[in-house]
Amino acid sequence: MNKPLHPIHLTVNGRETRCNVAPRQHLVDFLREDLGLTGSHLGCEHGVCGACTVRLDGQVVRGCLVLAVQADGCQVETVEGVSDSGRLRDLQDAFMQRNALQCGFCTSGMLLAAGELLDTHPDASREEVRVWMSGNYCRCTGYHAIVDAVCDVLASRQAARVLAVAKG
Amino acid sequence: MKAPAFDYIRARSLDEVFQLLKRHGDDARVLAGGQSLLATLNMRLSEPALLVDITGIEELMGISVRGSMLRIGALVTHSEIEGSELIALHAPLLTMAAPHIAHRAIRNRGTWGGSIAYGDPSAEWPACLIALEGMVVVRGVAGERRIAATDFFVDLYTTALAEGEVVVGCDLPLSQSDDVFVFDELARRHGDYAVAGVALAARRAAGGLQRVRLAFLGIGTTPIRVPRAEALLEGQAMSPALVDRAVAMIDNELEPLADLTHTSNTKRHLACVLARRALGTACPESLAVKRAA
Repeated sequence: MNKPLHPIHLTVNGRETRCNVAPRQHLVDFLREDLGLTGSHLGCEHGVCGACTVRLDGQVVRGCLVLAVQADGCQVETVEGVSDSGRLRDLQDAFMQRNALQCGFCTSGMLLAAGELLDTHPDASREEVRVWMSGNYCRCTGYHAIVDAVCDVLASRQAARVLAVAKG
Repeated sequence: MKAPAFDYIRARSLDEVFQLLKRHGDDARVLAGGQSLLATLNMRLSEPALLVDITGIEELMGISVRGSMLRIGALVTHSEIEGSELIALHAPLLTMAAPHIAHRAIRNRGTWGGSIAYGDPSAEWPACLIALEGMVVVRGVAGERRIAATDFFVDLYTTALAEGEVVVGCDLPLSQSDDVFVFDELARRHGDYAVAGVALAARRAAGGLQRVRLAFLGIGTTPIRVPRAEALLEGQAMSPALVDRAVAMIDNELEPLADLTHTSNTKRHLACVLARRALGTACPESLAVKRAA
């Protein structure tokens, strides 16, 4: 059953990392168990729940549907990296203000998924937010508070853009 | 669950892929985006000894216009299709269908070629491909073959791909200015597998439609067309009565497979609802004239 380990060289939250991994190990197990980055969670382990969402070369992916060995040469960013950089500070604050989390299990995935929506669809409607976030399960909140939080940030960033244009 | 142990090779060329597939036979599986394969391995529904990762092979990448066809490389992701201006211009049916495929995190990784090679009858791309009458381009040690989409999907998860062959891409006819496309599907939650879905491609002509192609997903063991209903609509002046007859024919033509929560009759009913809506979108003449109050 033991297959040879494969050396991988990747960047995780800005830090270069070299490791040897078993081909069967998926990215989120690697991040949690080998690197101790336990902010990404493991829920269904077949791509349905979204708790394992991480960013791979700048795009969100299911961490349970990517092998660690496939991340060789890639840039990986987890909720720890996003928190340290402050890139989603406004979204994290909105989650707090709107009570968009209770147990917090889905939150890291929600933040990263919503982060890509904010980047790629800055004018998204509430309905588009709901559709976009449909790939991430939350068993506590009933989703309304999460959608409220994302919509708050869309609105505040839109207002900031308008102000920036007005100031020239 | 965790996947069983397997070995992994990142292939540098198609020739290397062919050699590995020849040497390992059924024990090897080709890995592209992995959004179906890795879930299958995690659930231990499949236990290959070797995964051959093709995602580094450049000739399988990219979207381009080649003569009168649009080539979509096997490794093009669903998100790339969703955001591609070339696709929006030349194959807008795919732009309409892309947001229905699972969720963004999966679309960022899953590939066009993977979806075609897997041949899931509930998937969006196979249905779009047969509606557009595209060609699947496959390659093996013996060389390249071009297979018409309608001949490619043979049975449940079974395609015309021969042992040792790999899908390198698909060629789609470029859409013309009077072409019309509709994509619609019904799912319990956005991004879930469709209970039923429809892809419509046709050419607008004097009050009706020509070259009508209606392809259904989530209904049979493959994506399926309804040739008799298509023939009925061909070139006829569109009217509510004609749509009624076409939908009745679809109702007669489809023999849907039941799933865990939907009977065959439910699926047939939903397919007919979708077909009626799609014809209404494609051709407003098919809608009943509203009487003045």
